[in-house]
Amino acid sequence: MPGVEGFMYPNEIELQWSVLIVLYPFLTGLVAGAFILASLERVFQVQEVKPTYRLALLTALAFLLVAPLPLQLHLGHPERSYEMYLTPHKTSAMAMFGFVYLWYLMAVLVFEIWLDYRRDIVVLSQSTTGWKRMIYRVMTLGSNNISEHALHVDERVGWVITLIGIPSAFLLHGYVGFIFGSIKANPWWSSPLMPVVFIFSAMVSGIATVMLIYMFVTWARKETIDMRCVDTIARYLLYTFIIDFGLEMLDLIHRIYESDESFRSLDFMVHTKLYVSHIVVQILLGTVTPITLLALTQVVRLGEMARKRIYALAGCLTLMGIFAMRWNVVIGGQLFSKSFLGYTTYKMGLVTREGLLMAIVLTILPLIILWGLVKLLPPWPEKNAGSLAGAAPAR
Amino acid sequence: MNVTRRHMLLLLPAAAIAWKHVLAGTPEAAPNYKLSEHWWSMLIDLPKCIGCGNCVRACQTENDVPDGYFRTWVERYHVTDYDIENPHVDSPDGGKKGFPPSKEEGGKNFFVPKLCNHCADSPCTQVCPVGATFISPDGVVLVDKKYCLGCRYCVQACPYGCRFINPATETAEKCTLCYHRITKGLTTACCESCPTGARQLADLKNPNDPIHEFLKTHSIQVLKPYMATHAKVFYNGLDGSVR
Repeated sequence: MPGVEGFMYPNEIELQWSVLIVLYPFLTGLVAGAFILASLERVFQVQEVKPTYRLALLTALAFLLVAPLPLQLHLGHPERSYEMYLTPHKTSAMAMFGFVYLWYLMAVLVFEIWLDYRRDIVVLSQSTTGWKRMIYRVMTLGSNNISEHALHVDERVGWVITLIGIPSAFLLHGYVGFIFGSIKANPWWSSPLMPVVFIFSAMVSGIATVMLIYMFVTWARKETIDMRCVDTIARYLLYTFIIDFGLEMLDLIHRIYESDESFRSLDFMVHTKLYVSHIVVQILLGTVTPITLLALTQVVRLGEMARKRIYALAGCLTLMGIFAMRWNVVIGGQLFSKSFLGYTTYKMGLVTREGLLMAIVLTILPLIILWGLVKLLPPWPEKNAGSLAGAAPAR
Repeated sequence: MNVTRRHMLLLLPAAAIAWKHVLAGTPEAAPNYKLSEHWWSMLIDLPKCIGCGNCVRACQTENDVPDGYFRTWVERYHVTDYDIENPHVDSPDGGKKGFPPSKEEGGKNFFVPKLCNHCADSPCTQVCPVGATFISPDGVVLVDKKYCLGCRYCVQACPYGCRFINPATETAEKCTLCYHRITKGLTTACCESCPTGARQLADLKNPNDPIHEFLKTHSIQVLKPYMATHAKVFYNGLDGSVR
């Protein structure tokens, strides 16, 4: 049979989870990572990253809104997906998706953004005209009190929400890792480290995304990039990346040393079908290179322009590496037979429901949503400084 | 109690959900069949299997299984003396048309029919997000096609590769032990069509079932026992090389 080497159980030849399921953990990872970066300023008082705080929250929201779409498109019966809310199966990790997602979207992200932007929304609802005014008036939810006391309450509640948000972000992505890690039938996935690796890789990808978006947007607005901010983000990216890589290497060394019955099969797969995506793209280009580049900025005194270029390159390589990691987990986990006697091939469609074009659309869509969100809720206060008597200054 | 319009609006969706549950739990009509009196399993007597593929064909006809997918299939193993851990296995079209003569020399050849193991602790039912796949009280793992989302998580979770997505219905599908037959006192299509009696439906709750005598007097094994799924397809004469 074309594309099959050795022996596969006959029902295994066709892959069940496509590139869209690769995209799903990639997108949720960006959400969790962006939120954790935002929480650095809010909870851990890392003032240097303040210029990215609101941008990180909006980025998280834009990606979170798109995150369920690949799942919906993948389902055989998307019209039945509401059943996960009505009759969730208690023993299923996947059944928790809807609840974790809704909790994170509504209770954490939307609430925190609303609290943080409430003053701006009230100001804009009174300083704008036409349909924009209508939108902002709806967004105030009838709460027009922006006295100093009210804003202080917002600030305190927002802090608590961020505090709740950090474990929620861990839950969101740790849960995605658990979906794979808890499948005992698949040795490539089955690992208690999987949720932890997913959390750290999420942080890595989210931090890199916000860093890149901040640099790009600031450049596009012809503003000056706050190097203190970008240097700090790059430093956190490096630390998180080292932990993430350490965990992945621990998993790898453990597998090699233990060499259980699946090892021969998985080892062969990594050296053949997954060689480019795993060894070259994920490990060498997507992990070792950006870590080396970022480490270089820590040990060598470099000029501003050189640092900017290195951060941009390291950020892009990081995102490529994390995407490759998701690819290797999801697609790699389906390329070998559970008999450990054979391998199949993933044939990605181009213009199909789960094809390449759809994957590209779903990757670009969050950026379009982010553009809309930034237009609606500008993350830089100096541009929308509408004034109202009695209003407290913008944070 | 006065039922106002507001009460009705609240009660109707709840009643609709409750009714759906009632319908979902209704077994296929089979008078005289008591779920609590059975615990179904299957016995596969490997030395008797000749790899004719009758069982695969009968299953496909009986259950309208689409081409290229299998509720049951037959594998042919070739194991050499010097490498018993790496057998050569083939299953052309699931063994549906039998097997061509083996080109392998030396060692031993044998056939292994496979099907859903109807595990008592089945990983596939554990992971289903809506409970569309479930273990019936008489021990058969079934899928409710009207409820399955087609998320494919169960296909990933089955250690034996027994599940697939039916391209026509976009829902998960697998061996039902011919539930529509066994609840009416018949045996499965694969057992009925087996010319050597290598496959035998067994009811562990029936004290008169010959399975009890067979299990006592033979060396019995299940596939992948380390998966701890409490599989209920019992193999007699299963070679250690079988995956």
